[in-house]
Amino acid sequence: MGEPSVAAPDQAAVRAAAELVAGLPPAPALWCTGLRKRYGRRSAVDGVALSVGRGEVVGLLGPNGAGKTTVIKMLLGLVRPDAGEVMVLGRPGGDPAARARVGYLPELFRYQPWLTAAEVLRLHVRLAGAAVPPDEQRECLALVGLAGRAGDRVGGFSKGMQQRLGLAVALVARPEVVVLDEPTSALDPLGRVDVRDLVLSLKERGVAVLLNSHLIGEVERVCDRVVILDSGRVAAAGTLAELLGRREVRLHLTGVTTAVEARLAAAGPVAREADRFIVALPADDDGTAVPDLVRDLAALGARIHAVEPGRISLEERLLGILRSGAGEERR
Amino acid sequence: MTARTVLTVAALTLREASRRKVLRALAVLTLALLALSAWGFSRLAVAETQFGALTSGQARLVASQLLNLVMFGLSLIAALGTAFLAGPTLAGEAESGISLAVLARPVRRSTVLLGKWLGLAVFGGGFVVVAGLAQCLVVLVTVDYWPPNIVGALALLAAQTVVLLTLGLVLSTVVSPMASGVVAVGLFGAAWIAGVVGGVGEVLGNDGVARVGTVSRMLLPTDGLWRGAMHALQDPTALAVFGPEGAAFPFLSEAPLTAAYLAWAVLWVAMVWGLAAVAFARKDL
Repeated sequence: MGEPSVAAPDQAAVRAAAELVAGLPPAPALWCTGLRKRYGRRSAVDGVALSVGRGEVVGLLGPNGAGKTTVIKMLLGLVRPDAGEVMVLGRPGGDPAARARVGYLPELFRYQPWLTAAEVLRLHVRLAGAAVPPDEQRECLALVGLAGRAGDRVGGFSKGMQQRLGLAVALVARPEVVVLDEPTSALDPLGRVDVRDLVLSLKERGVAVLLNSHLIGEVERVCDRVVILDSGRVAAAGTLAELLGRREVRLHLTGVTTAVEARLAAAGPVAREADRFIVALPADDDGTAVPDLVRDLAALGARIHAVEPGRISLEERLLGILRSGAGEERR
Repeated sequence: MTARTVLTVAALTLREASRRKVLRALAVLTLALLALSAWGFSRLAVAETQFGALTSGQARLVASQLLNLVMFGLSLIAALGTAFLAGPTLAGEAESGISLAVLARPVRRSTVLLGKWLGLAVFGGGFVVVAGLAQCLVVLVTVDYWPPNIVGALALLAAQTVVLLTLGLVLSTVVSPMASGVVAVGLFGAAWIAGVVGGVGEVLGNDGVARVGTVSRMLLPTDGLWRGAMHALQDPTALAVFGPEGAAFPFLSEAPLTAAYLAWAVLWVAMVWGLAAVAFARKDL
């Protein structure tokens, strides 16, 4: 008699817990905190935390030797962190099964030279434990422009073709997150455009991407968020809007009175060089600041020769962050 | 999943050996050795010494000794082949970057290592068995001698190859691919020489020198297994003819292997493989 009355609330509790868990947002595609790695006396990575949400495209930027590749290798279990936690698709990074739905193009990409391109893909499909039919594998090769070379030995491939093959390997096992470490380093301009389109199509399909690239323009075009590493630490991180939030407007004015100056100062911090003014606009501007300013300036009698709204590029912002970091160190 | 990965990697290793023309090179070397030995053995059958023609018993005795010598050549080819395959397969792939893409897959490093080891063991062991059997057939046809325990001999030769490739694997996790091949073959040669030195010590009744052979046979079981294989190949009358001094002769083995020594060889392979797995799992790529 007593047993059901004990078991029943348990079942209810289990169901409630299950519903609670089911209702939770999915764990990030990639997540790490407090990652540290020393090589001898040199600290390569020092307390890096970052997260790549499901379906999110995150760019990893930073100068040479900032620790980007080491962070990526620690996320994928290729390098053992000295400290820190890694979670891949909701499972601890130490569990190989966590990488079942991960695609990876290493910075140092090399594939078995004695295999053909199609055999390399078949090998990776088997290792991933995925069931990808041969047709889909062929499509994957076609996607990276190697449809005609499926039966050729990888040993005869150029650097650029091997990198294209690497992209196919990263994509072939139906990944939920793809890690691309310098995916365009060996590609011609056309190949770079291909990679950009590839990343955008992954984003459309809801595949998360962690992209390490020196080509800031590419990162700016495809990434939702950017993490900037410098000397093994996260120097800045955020969405492009957050990082590049500072918009500005350049004005060429004559007939500037004190009232005009006051109106300019009210819009934001002003930098002046003779008749040319640069006004930094607030980050939360909803697009009305510039027309309002122009209307008021005209009303105040200023003669307006030119108005150029501008956005700080990611490159300028990156250089700014890195220079200020270096400046602090020197001090 | 694990078994599938092991078999996939083992098949990949075998395919590498055949596609990189290792198989072809070994086949050419072996055919050369077989042809030379066939010629030599056929001359032996009609050889005359200063005392007249060899009796059939004498011919068998000489054939059994020569067979040991030729088999040593075969095992040397197998040793060189597997040691220089085992090195590049781990360290070389880590150096070139091939292992980055492979080990980022949902596989344990020890599973990949087991697959590599299995592939190399099948390759090296298979080579020794096929080439050794061919050699014995050559001897059978030319001088009508068949070893007393061919199965045991070939199994021990294959075991010797497995021991050496396991050594090559563990070395390649700690040193560069080229160095690991050189060191493995060097140790193989050193163990063999230590075995000969130990045999000389036994004949001279010098326990200290004799112990060199015993210790080296414990540290690296290649020489011990080789001596077991020789014993299984040679004509039983050879020992009676050479007497106790035979111990000093490098191509004559006094006694079959004990079960304890075989168990030690198995344990040795397991321990060294475990060491390789631990070193490989901890390696930063």
